[in-house]
Amino acid sequence: MASWRTLLRPRARRVDVLVALLLAVLGFAVVVQVRSTQSTGVLANARQGDLVQILDELSNRSDRLRQESESLTATQQRLSTGTGASQAALAEARKRTQQLGILAGTVAATGTGVQVRITDPKNQVSASVLLDVLEELRNAGAEAVMLEGTADSGQITAVRVVAQTALEDRDTGIAADGTHLVAPFRFTAIGDPSTLAGAMAIPGGVEDAVRQQGGTTVVTRSNRLRVGALHALSAPRYARPD
Amino acid sequence: MIPALALALGVALGLVLHPTVPDALQPYLPIAVVAALDAVFGAVRAQLDGIFDDRVFVVSFVSNVLVAGLVVFLGDQLGVGGQLSTGVVVVLGIRIFTNAAAIRRHVFRA
Repeated sequence: MASWRTLLRPRARRVDVLVALLLAVLGFAVVVQVRSTQSTGVLANARQGDLVQILDELSNRSDRLRQESESLTATQQRLSTGTGASQAALAEARKRTQQLGILAGTVAATGTGVQVRITDPKNQVSASVLLDVLEELRNAGAEAVMLEGTADSGQITAVRVVAQTALEDRDTGIAADGTHLVAPFRFTAIGDPSTLAGAMAIPGGVEDAVRQQGGTTVVTRSNRLRVGALHALSAPRYARPD
Repeated sequence: MIPALALALGVALGLVLHPTVPDALQPYLPIAVVAALDAVFGAVRAQLDGIFDDRVFVVSFVSNVLVAGLVVFLGDQLGVGGQLSTGVVVVLGIRIFTNAAAIRRHVFRA
């Protein structure tokens, strides 16, 4: 402890002044250095080699980013100018949507075809007879089919006939997709008129079947028919695109 | 007592004057500070050992700072300035720790 005391004991020789001066310089330098480190940030204190390395990294990075930007610009131009291929693909996709819409019954369709009017004065025409008519129309190449009848409200009501459409017997008339319809029924089918009309007239076919039930069948060909009724599409609950 | 006061005075001056480090000195100042700290720790240890000599302290302080600066300068000229300053700091740091351990044994007897 004696030596500890001598360390703190005041002395005033010349060399002590030098020691004091050196320590003052040290304190000064420490503060200066700490301040310059804090105030000037990392780059100002970095050595030349480090700076060159940082600069290298930055220019590499900027090169990479510029390349990425160029490739993205090229992609953007390709997409926005719409080369023939992409426009053709878009048109094709639109066309396909329309085609699928006609099949699914979600868009109206027009074209040549036939109208088949079926009367049923004895209330004998059952759903299976109408189903036979429908099958014949489909076999003959009908592309869009609509079934009209008189609904409960007394108005003529049309039901778009698609793959899922169900025809059921009721006490009077039938139910198509849950819509109660009574005679007279009228199928509107778009397809080749002569083929469709011929399919209706096959001996022992639908006309004969309707006649056996006491009804009549009138087939009218037309150059321009419209299937305006739409089928409400519900999203599939279980099936997913593969 | 006087050296401690002088140190405090230096710190106060630095705080008050807000000096900026000249560009030419920038690579050397941190190394010089560490070298000086090494000399100071050595001096405190010598004092506690009872073998402190003012002249030795002054000479070791100045030569430490000069040699450290010279080494860094040489390193810069040779293109290995960064690595050499790291080396100097490591070596001086080890010496400071050794001296600090000796001082601790004197002060706390442990």
